[in-house]
Amino acid sequence: MLEVHDAVVRYGAITALHGISFEVAQGEIVALLGANGAGKTTTLRMLSGLHSPQSGQIIFEGQDVTTTKAHQFTSLGIGHVPEGRRIFPQMTVEENLEMGAFGRRGSYSDDMERMYQTFPILKERRKLIGGNLSGGEQQMLAIGRALMGQPRLLLLDEPSMGLAPMIVETIFRIIGEIRDSGTTVLVVEQNAAQALRLADRGYVMENGRIVFGDSASNLLTDARVRAVYLGESADS
Amino acid sequence: MKRYFANTHFKRLMSSVAAMAILELMTGPPGSALDPTAGFTGSFGEASSFFGLFRTQRWVVFLFIAFIMFGLWTSWLTWGAQVKTATTKAMSVPRSVSHKQPVRWGVTLVLLVVALLLPHLITDPFWQAAMVEQIAVYVLLALGLNVVVGFAGLLDLGFVAFYAIGAYTTAWVTGALPTAAPFGIHFNNFYAIPIAIGLAMGAGIILGAPTLRLRGDYLAIVTLGFGEIITIFANNLYGITGGSQGTKTIPHFSLHVGPVKYLWGLTPVPYYYLTIVFVILFLIGFRLLEHSRVGRAWTAIREDEVAAESVGINPLKYKVMAFAIGASTAGFAGVVTASQSNTIFPSSFTLQFSINILVLVIFGGMGSITGVVLGAIVIQTGSMYLLHTPPAGYQPQDLYIYLGALLVVMMIFRPAGLVPSRRRHREIGLAEAGEGHMDEVLTGDTP
Repeated sequence: MLEVHDAVVRYGAITALHGISFEVAQGEIVALLGANGAGKTTTLRMLSGLHSPQSGQIIFEGQDVTTTKAHQFTSLGIGHVPEGRRIFPQMTVEENLEMGAFGRRGSYSDDMERMYQTFPILKERRKLIGGNLSGGEQQMLAIGRALMGQPRLLLLDEPSMGLAPMIVETIFRIIGEIRDSGTTVLVVEQNAAQALRLADRGYVMENGRIVFGDSASNLLTDARVRAVYLGESADS
Repeated sequence: MKRYFANTHFKRLMSSVAAMAILELMTGPPGSALDPTAGFTGSFGEASSFFGLFRTQRWVVFLFIAFIMFGLWTSWLTWGAQVKTATTKAMSVPRSVSHKQPVRWGVTLVLLVVALLLPHLITDPFWQAAMVEQIAVYVLLALGLNVVVGFAGLLDLGFVAFYAIGAYTTAWVTGALPTAAPFGIHFNNFYAIPIAIGLAMGAGIILGAPTLRLRGDYLAIVTLGFGEIITIFANNLYGITGGSQGTKTIPHFSLHVGPVKYLWGLTPVPYYYLTIVFVILFLIGFRLLEHSRVGRAWTAIREDEVAAESVGINPLKYKVMAFAIGASTAGFAGVVTASQSNTIFPSSFTLQFSINILVLVIFGGMGSITGVVLGAIVIQTGSMYLLHTPPAGYQPQDLYIYLGALLVVMMIFRPAGLVPSRRRHREIGLAEAGEGHMDEVLTGDTP
């Protein structure tokens, strides 16, 4: 579904991605793991058009999207849940969800209902302004907003960031449900144990390179991964 | 003595007296080179009437006001919270009522009738002229700038450029410039309207497309430069614009449709009606725009540009659109001013002018159509009043002291403006009501 070939991203003199290649197949959850500064977020920014790669290629459903602009990605079928959630703080929950359907023509009330079924808390809060929601609720809203654009591929940037463990649990359960309903998911996560339990496959990034990729179950038992990323969380 | 300074009541009293002493200096007579201290001593010592009761000196009057201020201040601290809760409760009822369609239509209709009858109620020629030149035109300008600043959140300090383009286009189209009119025909001013709007919009797009990628301060600087460039062009392109002399031969609006013939002349009232018609058209247009898809895209961009991109909004497209719409409104206002006064001078298109319009928008409430209309009316009426019946010692440039003080006070007590936009109002309302009552506050407020 999504293929990245030798993508290089530089910020001025600093190279953030040294030619990474990976792929995401239809219907799976792929986790991108790595420490701070490994290049995970840059990868997602590149995939959502916020940074064009200096060289390399991004292919989505057979179409070259390397130089596509950020605002064109939703209409292609790629939804992006940005790092730090970035909901519209002064709009109500309802309006935030409506904004998610901005690029669509026609009625979207069915999808609104579906979102309220997936996230019952948002229905309760639908007249509240986004800025007043808790972190977890905002994350759900951000995911809901991205889903309103009917993406076939959903990019999630650090969905667990700054959230309580119990809420992270809920969010990951919902990500699983999203995959089950037919949307492919690429998730960037620091919480490696949590992400690998959910994902089908994973890639491990280090200093702007993908060091290895494997099925999630293999990664969970891999000695290198356990040592570096699961050192503390493996026991929990 | 130290004990007194620690006393909050004493501090409050001294602050009141100090504030009044400054106000006394501000409103007092100006000094002169011969007697440098005259301004100072005169401000406090000049004879004055104690509210028409008996004759005394200025300092007595101001001391009295300072005591009143101290009293109000103290009682506000004591009972203010209760008053606030009570007014919030009282205000919440009419607010929810006012969103019912018939009531809103009723209020609109009453305002419309008042606007139409106004020239018959106010017959003073000064005020009739001011209503057109200084109020109606400024309402238009404020409405236009509100689209740029309020809706799209872009700081435009060169708004005057588009106003100048509108005015000069009128002069060009009607054949009042040294340059030949288009096709050698001296058109009627009505034809100047679409041409001026088109040219101003074009200028907005040409300026906006490359520069709107910039954010915040950078955009402000670029627009500031553009405003200056247009003024300098007007001043120096002698053969095209008439240079610093401008032009004095722009004709009035006239109408020749079959048997109907009408010439707008020197009397302001016909111009008032002409302008009011366009103000109403722009009001309706902007109101629709605010609640359209475009309006929502502007809100999204203003709140979070990255998030807006992630839901598929092209920020550049919508910013340029806002810029062009604002510009065309200013261009239209330029047509009205040029036709009504028959004259244009480059010296009237200054940075000061752009800032004045920005003050109207900020004072009224950025993003709130009702707010900016009210803001423009209040400030312009106020400054015209000061010009018409100046208080003792008032000089025209003193206006900016008052405007500055007004803005400072506004920023402290009503930072979102006179009539904040609903989104901002809702936010403030929520914060004051506290978490438990959010839903109640909102139920009357959903569109």
